Amino acid sequence: MSPISTVRAIELSGIDKSFGNVHAVRGVELAIEKGAITGIVGENGAGKSTLMSILYGLYRPDAGEIRVDGRRVEMEGPHEAIARGIGMVHQHFMLVDTFTVLENVVLGAEGGPLLAGGLAAARVELARLGREFGLAVDPDARVADLSVGEQQRVEILKVLYRGARILILDEPSAVLTPQETDQLFRILGALKERGVTIILITHKLREILAVTDQVCVMRQGRIVAERRTAETTAEELAELMVGRKVRLDLAKAPPQRGPVLLSAEHLGLVDRRGTRRLDDINLALRGGEIVGVAGVSGNGQTELLQVLSGIRAPTGGRLVVCGREIDAARPADPGEMRDLGLAHVPEDRLRQGLVAAFRAAESSILGYQKDPPFCRHYLIDGPAVTAHCAQLMERFDVRPREPALRSSGFSGGNQQKLVLAREMAQQPSVLLVGQPTRGVDIGAIEFIHRELVKRRDAGCAILVVSVELEEILSLSDRIVVMFGGRIVGDLPAANADERTLGLMMAGEHA
Amino acid sequence: MSIDDVASLILLTLAATLRVATPLVLAAMGGLFSEKSGIIDVGLEGKMLMAAFFAAATAAVTDSAWLGLLAGIVAAEALALLHGFACITWRGNQVVSGVAINILAAGLTVVLGTAWFNRGGQTPALEGAGRLRPLFLPGAGDNILVYVALLSVPLTWWIIERTRFGLRLRAVGEMPLAVDTAGISVPWLRYRAVLLCGLFSGLAGAYLSIAENAEFSRDMTAGQGFIALAAIIFGKWRPFPAFGACLLFGLLDEVAIRLQGVRVPGVGEVPVQLIQALPYLLTVFLLAGLIGRAVAPKAAGVAYEKER
Repeated sequence: MSPISTVRAIELSGIDKSFGNVHAVRGVELAIEKGAITGIVGENGAGKSTLMSILYGLYRPDAGEIRVDGRRVEMEGPHEAIARGIGMVHQHFMLVDTFTVLENVVLGAEGGPLLAGGLAAARVELARLGREFGLAVDPDARVADLSVGEQQRVEILKVLYRGARILILDEPSAVLTPQETDQLFRILGALKERGVTIILITHKLREILAVTDQVCVMRQGRIVAERRTAETTAEELAELMVGRKVRLDLAKAPPQRGPVLLSAEHLGLVDRRGTRRLDDINLALRGGEIVGVAGVSGNGQTELLQVLSGIRAPTGGRLVVCGREIDAARPADPGEMRDLGLAHVPEDRLRQGLVAAFRAAESSILGYQKDPPFCRHYLIDGPAVTAHCAQLMERFDVRPREPALRSSGFSGGNQQKLVLAREMAQQPSVLLVGQPTRGVDIGAIEFIHRELVKRRDAGCAILVVSVELEEILSLSDRIVVMFGGRIVGDLPAANADERTLGLMMAGEHA
Repeated sequence: MSIDDVASLILLTLAATLRVATPLVLAAMGGLFSEKSGIIDVGLEGKMLMAAFFAAATAAVTDSAWLGLLAGIVAAEALALLHGFACITWRGNQVVSGVAINILAAGLTVVLGTAWFNRGGQTPALEGAGRLRPLFLPGAGDNILVYVALLSVPLTWWIIERTRFGLRLRAVGEMPLAVDTAGISVPWLRYRAVLLCGLFSGLAGAYLSIAENAEFSRDMTAGQGFIALAAIIFGKWRPFPAFGACLLFGLLDEVAIRLQGVRVPGVGEVPVQLIQALPYLLTVFLLAGLIGRAVAPKAAGVAYEKER
């Protein structure tokens, strides 16, 4: 079946794993070539992370066997994987924030009951690894004080310090700027040259094509294809991931700009601890255009959405939404904003977008529960709500079409479509969207993007905040870049590319 | 009052402070191990009470303070294991388990005491070898547990800061996933922490009934387990500051006793209740902002679940 016939570092056969009713991994057969970079791609929920967690001993498979360097291994736990030379860099870092880099690196490999000796030895080894692979990090810095890119380097150092020869990286670029990603790939190249086997889990096809030697595609818990990277294309991989043809480029007409519907002047936000979260934000949003907000997460985008949507009042400057002036003395709450014609699809849909324990029908009217026809004489009209939800599900292709199903029972993509459908159904004149496609599969991304462009063409002013640069680039008519709570760049999408945006996102003016 | 009188009064007050603070220090060091590992221990009080009872009962029957001490530790360890079983193995709510242990201890000690000794829950008064005696200074009550408490502070600091176990303990209280992915067992680490806590609270409880006093009386811990808990928070989960908090609370307690019936110039007679309430008031006020934010271990109170 496989076109690859070389030495195998890892062989998986018949691996099967279920969580309750969810059959996450189904009879996976996989061979990882020694000393190469293997990519594993698939949509969210395709089973990539589960499969790798099984290989790392975090989950016990229900069936199947694992061979490392040709020898069968019972993965009793991560200690077993570590002993076989397997190391994993997790998507969410496994670092103790309050510890120093050195302490994090030695945790679990202290070299004796007392710390002093182990720490001294680790300090020397860390300096050597730093020189050899370009992974320099201050060993005495507290992890909480490091940038995300540096934290990831600590994770890699942790793995190398344990002498790993097989490195698994789970969505390593999800939190990095493009420049940091490029640097990561250089490090991976250096590791490969020294004979380290690398497994790269990602849903970004560009990265697969840039660094891997071979690629495996997962869909619904199965490996559906294996390819030599040199012999495949992004289009083919996308089609394999989704199971049908997908258009990766978004066709859209030039924007027909209308009047300014939302404007922010010198907007500022200082939080209760006195930290400045937003600083001198100037922004004008016109009807008929999509403005993308790019930035590494944590640079004020969340706070910007909160202030614009009325969740938090600005502490400085002025905001005008559809003619209403808002400042520190005259704040507006989200309900009033909604009445003004502003709709908000929050970044964290499970905490702010819907109530996980509510039925889909109930989640589909959140924020509008007092409005007719959903509410009459202080009572919710159940059938009207259900009918409304069914209609939204039909229009936005939410599956399964079950208004009575709990909101948490839907996949991420379908939850997002439901929230988006709810907000768009009100025909807002301003639409704020946070992370429109976080945790959403490719098929749904395509749909969501098309719907956003449709709203734009209907004259809506849309602000999209996303950490996915590709998304910002393909969706926006204009792009602003945030860094440290300020807008550090504002340019037409036509003049932007990943490199210039990346430099701005890192705080360096291009 | 002469200078000598003042000096001896201060000295006596200090010695008494140390005596009163000893069970607080022991319990606080025990609680520190548990909380550092991410297991909140509201049940310090119950463990101390149970240990106090079994220590006094055993010492009364065997006429050996050492056997009493051992029995106290075993009793506290039994409750510690119960807490661990509920919170670590079965991932139960840690506060609920701790409260349950307190209620269990309050009831069980009285029931067993009444059944065994027929003295309304009290144990017979201990004499001679049934009690831990002062080691060097006959008047000062400097029995061995006072020195153990003093030594336990640097020892706790050393274990937490300088050993492999301490590093892993701190890590498991902050980020158990990091510990698990490093190939270390989270439950085993936490069980060890909880057992250490049982050992120290056993010593603290036994001190009350067979060293400081010479019998067990119902509810004799009188909230000292909670005061120790307050001292941990007060000291921001660090051994030396927690020790300082214990001394402060002990001093307040001692001052309350000395001020009983004394007329303070300009104020009049200070109600003893007010001074007795001071540790609690101080904790509330100081924690409300004066000592800055007390940051608990991040994973404290959260059961560790590996699979979703």
